[in-house]
Amino acid sequence: MSENLIVPTMADMMAEGKQPEILFWVGSAGSFDDRAKKITRAFVKILNKANVNFAVLGTEESCTGDVAKRAGNEFLFQMQALMNIELLNAYEVKKIVTCDPHSFNCLKNEYPSLGGNYEVVHHTQFIQQLLKEGRINFNKETYKGSRITFHDPCYLGRANNEYQAPREILSQTNAAIVEMKRSKSAALCCGAGGAQMFKEPEKGNMEINVLRTQDALETTPNIIATGCPYCNTMMTDGVKFAHKENEVKVLDIAEIIANAQDL
Amino acid sequence: MSFLDNILFALLLAAGIGYFTINVKKLIRNIKLGQDVDRTDNPSARWKNMTMVALGQSKMVKRPIAGFLHIVVYVGFVIINIEVIEIIIDGLFGTHRVLSFMGGFYDFLIGSFEILALLVLVTVIIFWIRRNVTKIGRFASADLDGKPRNDANYILYFEVVLMTLFLLMNAADFHLQNLGIGHYNQAGSFPISQYIAPVFNGMSEGLVVIIERTAWWLHIAGILVFLNYLYFSKHLHILLAFPNTFYADLNPKGKLNNLQSVTNEVKLMMDPSADPFAAPANPDAVPAKFGASDVQDLNWVQLLNAYSCTECGRCTSSCPANQTGKKLSPRKIMMDTRDRLEEVGRNIDLNKGVFVDDGKSLLNDYITPEELWACTTCNACVEECPINISPLSIIIDMRRYLVMEQSAAPMELNNMMSNIENNGAPWPYNQMDRLNWINE
Ligand code: SF4
Ligand code: SF4
Repeated sequence: MSENLIVPTMADMMAEGKQPEILFWVGSAGSFDDRAKKITRAFVKILNKANVNFAVLGTEESCTGDVAKRAGNEFLFQMQALMNIELLNAYEVKKIVTCDPHSFNCLKNEYPSLGGNYEVVHHTQFIQQLLKEGRINFNKETYKGSRITFHDPCYLGRANNEYQAPREILSQTNAAIVEMKRSKSAALCCGAGGAQMFKEPEKGNMEINVLRTQDALETTPNIIATGCPYCNTMMTDGVKFAHKENEVKVLDIAEIIANAQDL
Repeated sequence: MSFLDNILFALLLAAGIGYFTINVKKLIRNIKLGQDVDRTDNPSARWKNMTMVALGQSKMVKRPIAGFLHIVVYVGFVIINIEVIEIIIDGLFGTHRVLSFMGGFYDFLIGSFEILALLVLVTVIIFWIRRNVTKIGRFASADLDGKPRNDANYILYFEVVLMTLFLLMNAADFHLQNLGIGHYNQAGSFPISQYIAPVFNGMSEGLVVIIERTAWWLHIAGILVFLNYLYFSKHLHILLAFPNTFYADLNPKGKLNNLQSVTNEVKLMMDPSADPFAAPANPDAVPAKFGASDVQDLNWVQLLNAYSCTECGRCTSSCPANQTGKKLSPRKIMMDTRDRLEEVGRNIDLNKGVFVDDGKSLLNDYITPEELWACTTCNACVEECPINISPLSIIIDMRRYLVMEQSAAPMELNNMMSNIENNGAPWPYNQMDRLNWINE
């Protein structure tokens, strides 16, 4: 990518005696996974366009511990959490945004009782807010004539009851938004959650991501929209499995907006 | 003579209620084997949940056909049982239709009961067909092989018998009322059983009285047997759905509890001023067990969940792991927990109130690690459950035991976790490279 992104770190800000309005929690996937890094960049492009006064932890950020917790390792989770909380509290962080629903859930619901109290928002909620406030604009015609279906991430939807924000963003694109037969609270998991992303699945007769991708492909979409780096990987693999990668793109909501003309 | 009847009735009633009480006490004792957890916060939200979800069946109707049919049986069954009040008074005091003094309202009540009884009958037959003929996946599942499938059918047969006896009793009564015999004075309206009554035409009065009495006795005896069968059945949910929805977790579904015992240890480890050689505060204290390998390690709400489970399989039919052929079935997690809890309860009964180690546990003997590791923690089971049970919370507690007490995570997960320990990410990348994405 060519555009220059402006990404201040908390340490830089602190050195200049400044306090950002919001911390962008990049997360491990967003920092290291090749596909997810593109989502991170797309979201930063939006933040820059909207002139959001944000910062990242950069090399000070560490795994939330969410995946360890779901795997049953409460020790490792709490060590990560307490370490992160110490850092976040030292920087007096008040508000956090993240592109990863797992981090979102963990920071929002599981950090408070360990001493980490922040207002945590998912990037789809944040983008929706920016659009509402008119802080970003994009050419609504960009996706005219496309069909977009949204796959609800479990940790945004069922886990935290956020079904509207991603849909409201998509509804502004002038694309046809088509719902899968199971969506919102009835959405099928992509198969990555609960630490499955990091292991081979148990013996069965099918992969979960293939099944979920079938749901998505039944809507004959041009774009499968996601709001989670892990869902993105799973759905992308599912689309490849179905040999549809030339017809169907899997894109994060942040990418859909960032790629739109005139953002 | 009629005196004997009343005594017999009182004995029957006492036996029925007595045995039920014994089992309820056992049930409460077993549930209390669970660990403590505080679920008394926010009572207004709890009452609301109970009213909406248990009384109002708001989650049942998510599957409209089954939901509608269930409401018919539920409403019918509950309302018809108002009649039991009258039956008990009549039985104890030798009266006949003692509440008939209410006149028009009484007629209305009996009439409604009859219509409901017919609706229940029809619905129960549809239920039977759904379970046994149409092979709906969640009912055909191997989870239900053996006793659970029979249990479900017994309940349906029970209802058919009870409703039939009720209508037969009314029909005979109606017939006798029309003949103006003895104490069979005109009371009630019989929109359904009036069509059954003609079968008694031509029968001797005495025979019809015997039929009426027999149906009456069998009906009340059947209700008492049914009441006592509940404890041994998934049908316990008709009672436990209420406390179960009341005590259900109110947090967002994504929130897992943080183990306090772990927090204490981690804080000690991270505190540079802590003296590693300091004697533990209470040297005799049993070190906390992390996670759950048996029912006693679960909390009492999880055990209440197990007793409340209706075995409907909505959870399993929405489970991504189960849909793709994995062994995991959240319904089976609940059924296993109940079966093991019952086994532990019987052990306690046999050993004069104390549990004697039987060399078995919920983990491995009932639930295998393969099932536990297949879960994606997606919460579909929790969302689907019509009475707010969380199979997921049991799965997580058992994973905790596997990982923290037995270091028995799948190898790839161990790699992932050592990556987090060493470089703060589940992948083997250096923490110092966390910002590289900016320039890529
Ligand atoms: S949380 Fe686990 S058990 Fe429940 S539906 Fe999802 S994968 Fe199945
Ligand atoms: S846990 Fe809930 S959804 Fe699953 S079988 Fe039991 S009652 Fe039905």
